[in-house]
This record gives sequence, structure tokens and C-alpha cells, in this order.
Amino acid sequence: MILVGILILLIGASLLCSVRAVLGPTAPDRVVAFDALTSLMVTVLVILGVLYEASFFLDVALVYAMLAFLGTLAIAKYLEGRRVGD
Amino acid sequence: MIEYIAYLFLCVGGACALIGAMGLLRFPDVYNRLHANTVIVVGGVIMTLFGVSILYGLSMYSLKALLIALFLFITNPVGAHAIARAAHKSGVKLWPRSVVDKLEEEEKR
Repeated sequence: MILVGILILLIGASLLCSVRAVLGPTAPDRVVAFDALTSLMVTVLVILGVLYEASFFLDVALVYAMLAFLGTLAIAKYLEGRRVGD
Repeated sequence: MIEYIAYLFLCVGGACALIGAMGLLRFPDVYNRLHANTVIVVGGVIMTLFGVSILYGLSMYSLKALLIALFLFITNPVGAHAIARAAHKSGVKLWPRSVVDKLEEEEKR
């Protein structure tokens, strides 16, 4: 029961993060918001896997965390070479 | 007894996630928002994963949750550092009321 409450809190937090991802004035703002959003989604996947007693959700969460980290590093490397206007 | 410790971890995690998301929405520039991102990941996500793994004892769920927590704990500072450096290199301005910028001073020399 408490896990459902925590799930609702996490989904509310990810809604706030997605508002920042839409609003964010520059590209690094959006990258930060998406980084937080993927971390929250990893937690949501773990709690869903525990609630449904399906262990493969946790494997999906681990792979998703790794791919999100790689994506963050790739976008940071891409942004490093350009100025903010273009 | 052990369930109450797990409930404490879960409640602190959910509250930290919500507070960090509000900070992500309210803070004025990228470098301040990275602070809120760290609050979400270390305070919210890792606390919640600890709570889940305490709640389920020694099982496959808790081992995988601890593995995910360890992975996020290692990779989040690396990602935050890369984003901050890329933002500074691509010319994102600091908030006008911020007081010190050591990297710019270092590059001017």
C-alpha cells in the first residue's frame, strides 16, 4: 500500500521534471531535466516490478539506467563544441 | 521493526524526489538545477531503492535494486560534471547574482 503512495509521489515529481524539460531555455537545461526524469522512471520501474512480482522489470530498469547514462555523456560531448545560439 | 525502517526510507525518498522536482522547476540557471538533479537522484531514487531492498529482505529483487542504486550512485556525478562542463563551454550564462566562477578565471589566465 505504501509502495502505491510512493509511486504516485514519484510520478508527480516526474511530471514537474517534464514541465522543466519542455520549458527549459537552453539545451543543457533539457538534458538535466531528462537525466532526472530517467532516474525517476528507473525507480518507478523497480517499484512496478516489486508490485507485480515480475523480476524482469528490474533488468529493464538496469539497462535503462545504463543507456540513459551513455545518452547523457553523448549529448554533453556533442554540446561541448558549439556556442549557445546555434 | 524492520518494516518501519523501510517505510522511513521510502517516505524520505518520495519527499526528496518531490522537493528536488520543485527545485528543478524553480531554480534560476543550469548550474543551480544540477543541484536539484542531485537531490532527486541521491535523496529520492537511491533512498527509495534502499527502502525497497530493506522491505524485501535477501532476495533477487533487493540484490538487483541495490545494484541499480550502486550504479546510479557512481554514474550521476559523472553525468552532472559532464553536463556542467559542456554548458560552461557552450557559453551558458550564470545567474546574474552568483558570486564566483572559478573556471572562467582559470581560463582567462
